Amino acid sequence: MPKLPKLPTPPLPPQFKSPPPRPGDEAAGSGPLQQAAEAGISVVDWVDERMSLSGAGRWMLFRKVPKGTNWAYTLGSATMFAFLSQAVTGVFLAMYYRPDPAGGAYESIRYVTNEVFLGQFVRGMHKWGSTVMVVLVFLHMGRTFFYGAYKYPRELNWVIGVVLLILTMLMSFTGYLLPFDQRAYWATIVGVNINGTGPLLGPYLSDFLRAGPEFGATTLSRFYAIHMLLVPGAIAAMIGAHLYLVAKLGTTAPPWQKAEKNPELRKAEL
Amino acid sequence: MNQREKEQYLREYAILKAQGKPFFPYAVAKDSLMACVVMAVIITMSLVLGAELGSKANPTTTTYVPRPEWYFFFLFELLRVIKPPSLVPLATIGVPTLGMILLFLLPFYDRGPERRPEKRPIAMFTAIFVIGAMAFLTYEGANAGTPTALDIATPASVTQQGSTAVAQFNEGRLVVAQSGCEACHQIGENGNNGPGPVLTHIASRLPGEGIRRTLENPTAPMPSFKNLPPKKLAAIVDFLSQLK
Ligand code: HEC
Ligand code: HEM
Repeated sequence: MPKLPKLPTPPLPPQFKSPPPRPGDEAAGSGPLQQAAEAGISVVDWVDERMSLSGAGRWMLFRKVPKGTNWAYTLGSATMFAFLSQAVTGVFLAMYYRPDPAGGAYESIRYVTNEVFLGQFVRGMHKWGSTVMVVLVFLHMGRTFFYGAYKYPRELNWVIGVVLLILTMLMSFTGYLLPFDQRAYWATIVGVNINGTGPLLGPYLSDFLRAGPEFGATTLSRFYAIHMLLVPGAIAAMIGAHLYLVAKLGTTAPPWQKAEKNPELRKAEL
Repeated sequence: MNQREKEQYLREYAILKAQGKPFFPYAVAKDSLMACVVMAVIITMSLVLGAELGSKANPTTTTYVPRPEWYFFFLFELLRVIKPPSLVPLATIGVPTLGMILLFLLPFYDRGPERRPEKRPIAMFTAIFVIGAMAFLTYEGANAGTPTALDIATPASVTQQGSTAVAQFNEGRLVVAQSGCEACHQIGENGNNGPGPVLTHIASRLPGEGIRRTLENPTAPMPSFKNLPPKKLAAIVDFLSQLK
């Protein structure tokens, strides 16, 4: 990446360039003006004195990414961003949604789509955001696969990644039912039935999803709870662990990137 | 990777990292730009494609298309390709579960030190094969016929019984067409061959009572049609009982 250009300093006459006040300097004043100017810093200091999080922040932000890091490395954070977008738009949809199959679910979605200000737009963002997130997860997984990033020492991060992939697919599956139109209803019935053909756990899992042997009144609220509480919580927690490991282990360099071979430089760098 | 290879990797990596740039602001700048692109794509898709809402779910009318979200098409298609009923659980649960387990354990069986794609032929061929297969199945799934119309000649045995029988046959034909059976069954030239068996000559295999039992209490993945109004259910059974 080329160096970012520096803004030129504005041409100020010397007498306007006051030297920065030194700490404990009486003349610079600890007057109200000065205090107001530093209010933000004081608040951060106050919090940090109690939480000591600035170290963690520095650790996360000022770690180095290896030479050769390219645009493919943005796919992970892009996925996370898509997830955040889903979370925000989902909160707005949840303000109107009623998980009641008898009369409510479909009507509330119709209300959002047709009546609420920007409702269709937000619903569209949530709907297509899910597609974008799934595509990004797969691209990110492809990137880590082709770069061999799942190998030592990042095996655990790959495993957490697969859990995230499954959770993302689960989000899509549970969310599909919620509008409760024909498509949603029948696709989900078939999906749950497919699930029931599985060995051992299959039938139990289907019963759990349906909240009983039949597709009933509580099925929808169960899907809703899974879709908007259980799985997003799990995803958020898993992303936390994923990112912790990314910062801890560092991101890989592209596999074809070679470290400096010159022994002199080698020594200097270490 | 043995201990020596591990240490060598870590040494190499430490140098590459030391030669790198700080995450903030360099990587953060790229990530932020990418985030803007993602946002722009989502907003554009929302504006252009909108969010349609079909007619309300109705367990009794079933003019339905059991179609999942597009990124599950490949699973649905897998279900259609693998036909023998004894193999259906294998297709529906076996293949995805196996795939997931293999994906999970990848770092534990692929332990070679080599990371360059061109030096990992097995991994690359497998990956390309899997991606290709999924793309193909998704494409096929997307193009699978939509079950709405049902063109089938009225059998001679029905025509001989007079006009009421023909009317009854046609009513059944309509209900079957509307009920989305063709998503999973082939009837004559219509519908998809799989995951359900072909129904063109169902009556020679299964008496009317058996057909009714299947509809009310089917084996997964076929949905139950128990909640259909009795008249419609009877129409379906009558219709299928004529397909000798
Ligand atoms: C989601 C896919 C799906 C849909 C939709 C579906 N079926 Fe089926 N159907 C199947 C499968 C799979 C089987 C095989 C089950 C088995 O072997 O026990 C089957 C079996 C049957 C059988 C028994 C066939 C035999 O040879 O024993 C009949 C009859 C039948 N279906 C009729 C219908 C009718 C009528 C409809 C529409 C109202 C319908 N199906 C909708 C998947 C489906
Ligand atoms: C919700 C889904 C996910 C999110 C938000 C996410 C986020 C991230 C982020 C931000 C990074 C940092 C570097 C980069 O972008 O490459 C990363 C790295 C990584 N991710 Fe993910 N990820 C997700 C899913 C997955 C999946 C499905 C896998 C694989 C199965 C995976 C495996 C990895 C690996 C191995 C790394 C380390 C890459 C390296 O060091 O080069 N992640 N992830």
